[in-house]
Amino acid sequence: MTRPMKQAGSARSGDAQVDVELTVNGEAIRRSVSVRMLLSDFLRHELGLTGTHVGCEHGVCGCCTVLIDGKPGRSCLTLAVQANGYSIRTIESVAAADGTLHPVQQAFKECHGLQCGYCTPGMVMNVLGRFEEEGPLDLSDDGIRELLSGNLCRCTGYLNIVAAVRRAAELLGRS
Amino acid sequence: MKPSIFGYEAPTSLEDAIRLLAGDTDAVVLAGGQTLLPAMNFRAANPSLLVDIQHIQGLRGIAVGADGIVVKAMVRHREFELDQDVLCANPLVAEVIQHVAHVPIRTRGTVVGSLCHADPSAEIPLLLVLLGGSVIAQGPSGTREIAAEDFFQSFLTTARSHDEIVIEARFPLLPRRAGWAFDEVTRRHGDYAVVGVGCVVSLDGSGCAERVRLAACGIADRPIRLKDAEAILTGTALGISDLDAAAEASVAAVTQPDDINVSQSYRRRALGALIRRMVVKAAQRAGSAQHAESVA
Amino acid sequence: MSTRMFGARIERNIDPKLLRGEGAFVDDIPLSDALHVAFLRSPHARARINAIDTAAAKAHPGVVAVYTCDDIGALDVEMPLLIPHPSMTNPQTQRPLARGDVHYVGQTVAMVVAVDRYTAEDAAAMIEVDYAPLAVEMDMIRALQDGAPRVHASIPNNLAAHFVQSSGDPDGAFAAAEHVTRITVQVDRSTAAPMECRAVAARWEAVTGELTVWDGTQAPISVRGGLASVFGIDEDKVRVIAPDVGGGFGQKVLLFYPDELLVPMAAMQLGRPVKYIEDRRENFIGSSQERTQIHTIELAALKSGEVIGLRDFFLHDTGAFIPYGIAVAQVASTSIAGPYRIPNILVEFKAVYTPTVQVTPYRGCGRPQACFAIERAMDQLAQELGLDRFEIRRRNLIADNQFPYAREGLLFADGLKVTLDSGQYGKALAMAAAELGAESFAAAQAKALSEGRYLGLGLACYVEGTGLGPYEGGHVKIHPITGKVYVNTGLSTQGQGHDTVFAQIVADQLGVSPQDVIVVEGDTKAFDWGVATFASRAAVVSGNAIHKTAVTVRKKVLQAAANMLDVDIDSIELRDSAAWVKGSNRFVPLAAIATASNPLRYAFNKAAQAATQFAPASKHDGPPLAEGEAPGLEATDYYSPSQSTWAYGVHAAVVEVDPGLCTVKIRKYVCIHDCGNMINPMLVEGQVMGGIAQGIGGALYEHLDYQADGNLANASLMDFLVPYATEIPDVSILHLETPSPLNPLGVKGVGEAGCIAVGAVVASGVEDALRPFGALKFHQVPLSPTMIADALERAGH
Repeated sequence: MTRPMKQAGSARSGDAQVDVELTVNGEAIRRSVSVRMLLSDFLRHELGLTGTHVGCEHGVCGCCTVLIDGKPGRSCLTLAVQANGYSIRTIESVAAADGTLHPVQQAFKECHGLQCGYCTPGMVMNVLGRFEEEGPLDLSDDGIRELLSGNLCRCTGYLNIVAAVRRAAELLGRS
Repeated sequence: MKPSIFGYEAPTSLEDAIRLLAGDTDAVVLAGGQTLLPAMNFRAANPSLLVDIQHIQGLRGIAVGADGIVVKAMVRHREFELDQDVLCANPLVAEVIQHVAHVPIRTRGTVVGSLCHADPSAEIPLLLVLLGGSVIAQGPSGTREIAAEDFFQSFLTTARSHDEIVIEARFPLLPRRAGWAFDEVTRRHGDYAVVGVGCVVSLDGSGCAERVRLAACGIADRPIRLKDAEAILTGTALGISDLDAAAEASVAAVTQPDDINVSQSYRRRALGALIRRMVVKAAQRAGSAQHAESVA
Repeated sequence: MSTRMFGARIERNIDPKLLRGEGAFVDDIPLSDALHVAFLRSPHARARINAIDTAAAKAHPGVVAVYTCDDIGALDVEMPLLIPHPSMTNPQTQRPLARGDVHYVGQTVAMVVAVDRYTAEDAAAMIEVDYAPLAVEMDMIRALQDGAPRVHASIPNNLAAHFVQSSGDPDGAFAAAEHVTRITVQVDRSTAAPMECRAVAARWEAVTGELTVWDGTQAPISVRGGLASVFGIDEDKVRVIAPDVGGGFGQKVLLFYPDELLVPMAAMQLGRPVKYIEDRRENFIGSSQERTQIHTIELAALKSGEVIGLRDFFLHDTGAFIPYGIAVAQVASTSIAGPYRIPNILVEFKAVYTPTVQVTPYRGCGRPQACFAIERAMDQLAQELGLDRFEIRRRNLIADNQFPYAREGLLFADGLKVTLDSGQYGKALAMAAAELGAESFAAAQAKALSEGRYLGLGLACYVEGTGLGPYEGGHVKIHPITGKVYVNTGLSTQGQGHDTVFAQIVADQLGVSPQDVIVVEGDTKAFDWGVATFASRAAVVSGNAIHKTAVTVRKKVLQAAANMLDVDIDSIELRDSAAWVKGSNRFVPLAAIATASNPLRYAFNKAAQAATQFAPASKHDGPPLAEGEAPGLEATDYYSPSQSTWAYGVHAAVVEVDPGLCTVKIRKYVCIHDCGNMINPMLVEGQVMGGIAQGIGGALYEHLDYQADGNLANASLMDFLVPYATEIPDVSILHLETPSPLNPLGVKGVGEAGCIAVGAVVASGVEDALRPFGALKFHQVPLSPTMIADALERAGH
């Protein structure tokens, strides 16, 4: 269920602007942005895709994880201008158009893999990216923990997220 | 935590990139940005100009040949980690790289970027030193090869000139029948190493160490070879007393003072423990390799 | 009635929204034309401000306003002392922007409002402040000495509060003791580190005179009251909304943080919405922290191991200010005897100012420190008396038939006497031993040792006073058109799942599915009586208020349905969103009952036709609405607990220590807990597990490292080590359900339970694991590799 994106607004600060062209959730985007605008801010404030959260802006917490050309990456450690020509996927593109949850999302719900939900979009994008990556996936307990490391959660204590990844694998026929 | 104002250029040729660097002493190369961007968000780094090298032709790809692995400047950690040819040619690479941060960082961060950043706790610089690799730097007056041990000069400082770009790194293959090992201790999985030790061992026909290479990160202002320990271990049967002597001889190599994670004396203890364990593990693998060959 | 929802493991109503990225956290709320705030913060722990020059910042393109203390008029005062207490000799609270002195690194000195955050940060860096740095003392013990550098010039010895409480006859107990053990322990400074940092946005509607504030707070109603008071606006004209909030853990319950006043002020002055989104660095140097206490605890025991007396003296670090009063220290001092009978107690503390971020409750709120003190002391006593650690606890636990167990003379943080209301402490201990395999552990330990592996068993018990007053309320209304049930309460949620557990409570009374109960909280326009989410109180206080209210609405439904179906009340049952005549297929939907309960003039749909003045259903004598009746199916009620209700538990673990690398791995972790009747065990386990993970952080990783000059060396998630999934082991969580006799639902709070005992368990386990190297002592958490290395080195290894 991709949310409609915000239309381009007027330039705001005294910063020099530069044009960027990229694909976001399958839609071609062309905007003029400050060269120092982080991709996370670009997605959230320029495009209105506020499902991507910002937790630390130094790459540790993983809340801002999106798929960059199909691979999980930190949108807070990427400049919008660096993403020129890239294809970005955010949490808003994951569920079906009618709102039906993707199996990864469904698994988080079934396993109580979220509490405040702030880290959740980054978690889901990271897990989704790893499921969509080619090659084998280590679904042992240690393997799942390794997969999840890089995303902090302060509420759940992770056990239910580990269970959710296992459940997602089942739902996706990957176990 | 937003970066301060900077200029941005995305040249498509190496010559243009070098020219841009030469023209601005506060210009910085941007590759994966996974170390640079956090520093900029904290405003601990405030470059005047970012020279984004991702659109330059010829900076992508990994080549595995008889004399080593060539990793171009824009190769991400994750590509290096998953490359099947690399895995066959030098399995130590994958063993080291899985300790570099986390996958979403490894998908963006570059191997050469890590070398150029030269964090003394980082794993990739240790790998280059351990293997005796080198980098190729290109500047206004052409290219030059810099050996790993000359490249890393001190904390976050390399032999690269400001107007040079490291266009590739060269990681040698493991010697035939060599055993290898790497491990590190961190406070938390994926963090920079508190202490990391890598080891490559070849055994002679009698099971004694013919050749030993040992290197450590996290203990000094750069990744370093533990040459005293190597000398002690070479030619021995790698018994407990040999390992103890090697560990003892390495204590002085720990010059990193107490920091927020651990004390210096802790680092010395952990270094010794890791040396013992990595040498044993590498020797076991060397033994199996030798055994496998003799069976074949 | 349909299947009982109370006690069911049902999935959460809120999850689909959060999973699709449709959550609405403060920074997600679209505010057109909003301005953005950045603060200039003190780089010094103590300094005198000689001058501030904002000229360059004001002239910077994109900057709309720059404020210092001289520019904020009536707000330039000390912020409220939220919980006054007579033990505080010199209570100090912070000003929104520093005037004269700064007292910690990170204190707000100036505020910039600009077109975006990037520009605001640029301008903040252009403000020039002439500081004259002053001496600091970071060590609490030295800070109390005469002549120590002062955090506040007027307060000698940095003493913020001094409080003594006693129960029974502690001196007599120590005189009668056959054995006394004494131990000094320390828990270090930490922080909640919620994944969403704090955030405030405000919009002022000049035309209507209404102020709307979106605040990632745990206490929207209290913030509303405070703002109305500060700005002199009618409470009804101030709306505070705590939308989705990304974790709180106590840090988001202070009022006020400077931004909570200054952002609304700027919005009112500038006529545009204003936003402040705290960044991670600011969260480390500007938002509340907790934990540092140094306890010296003595136990007076008989040779049997029975503890007859306890004396505890501790220092509590309150940071540079004490806005929350002595709450943290008071909770620690009243939790000090844990689940043990110990009839004679003397507990004394001094709260000390240090030039650091202010201390207010962080999940656990003094309990982890108290637990660490008593449990480490119990371990030491067991060792000295040659008793097993389970056995010494068994001999001291309050027995099931001793409840309610009062500690005369100890007043809890609600000002009421500590009275443990119910529990099966002995059973919990036995369950922990069984689940861990304590009996066979010695053999496993010996076998491991023969393989060069060092295993240790760790153990700790805890109690948790939960569900503090004063009160909360609930409003329940059945919607006439949809039949859905709307529930409001004055709390706010930070991920606990209120929307689901409150729905479960209501669903049982009204015979609806929990998915058809819509809980709206955290908005003062929806419900504006209440206090806040803190102290593990939401399920107890709001839960019971909502329950009482739902019972009232149920009665109204039954009466109305009986009228409509023309049967006795006793023959009505509520299920599937309808009232049914028992044993028949006659029913009327709740929506229709709700519609019919509201006398109508206008028939807007088919059901409404039954409620108009000419409809048969309205046939009656007298006015359409009888005297004393209200329209619709709704009610409001409140619950005010008579005292706190005490949850408890036992944690035990097997840890493995690597003496070479001095690392600790938790091989097995067992948690037995009892929070009374559980509304939703799945959510209870989530709360407990989240707490345990934070406890593991506090036991092994998370330590705010203040340097000698007062700078925080690890003000980032890179260096403040919040555990990843790779650091958290599997945990086996087992439940006991001893109902609280104090409230209708029989529930106790569970929000903080998980974190309390972990530090004590881990330290206990590490000591046990390293016993082959000698009697090493681990009396401080977090327990770092360096501490283990140092202990081994001291023992000659």
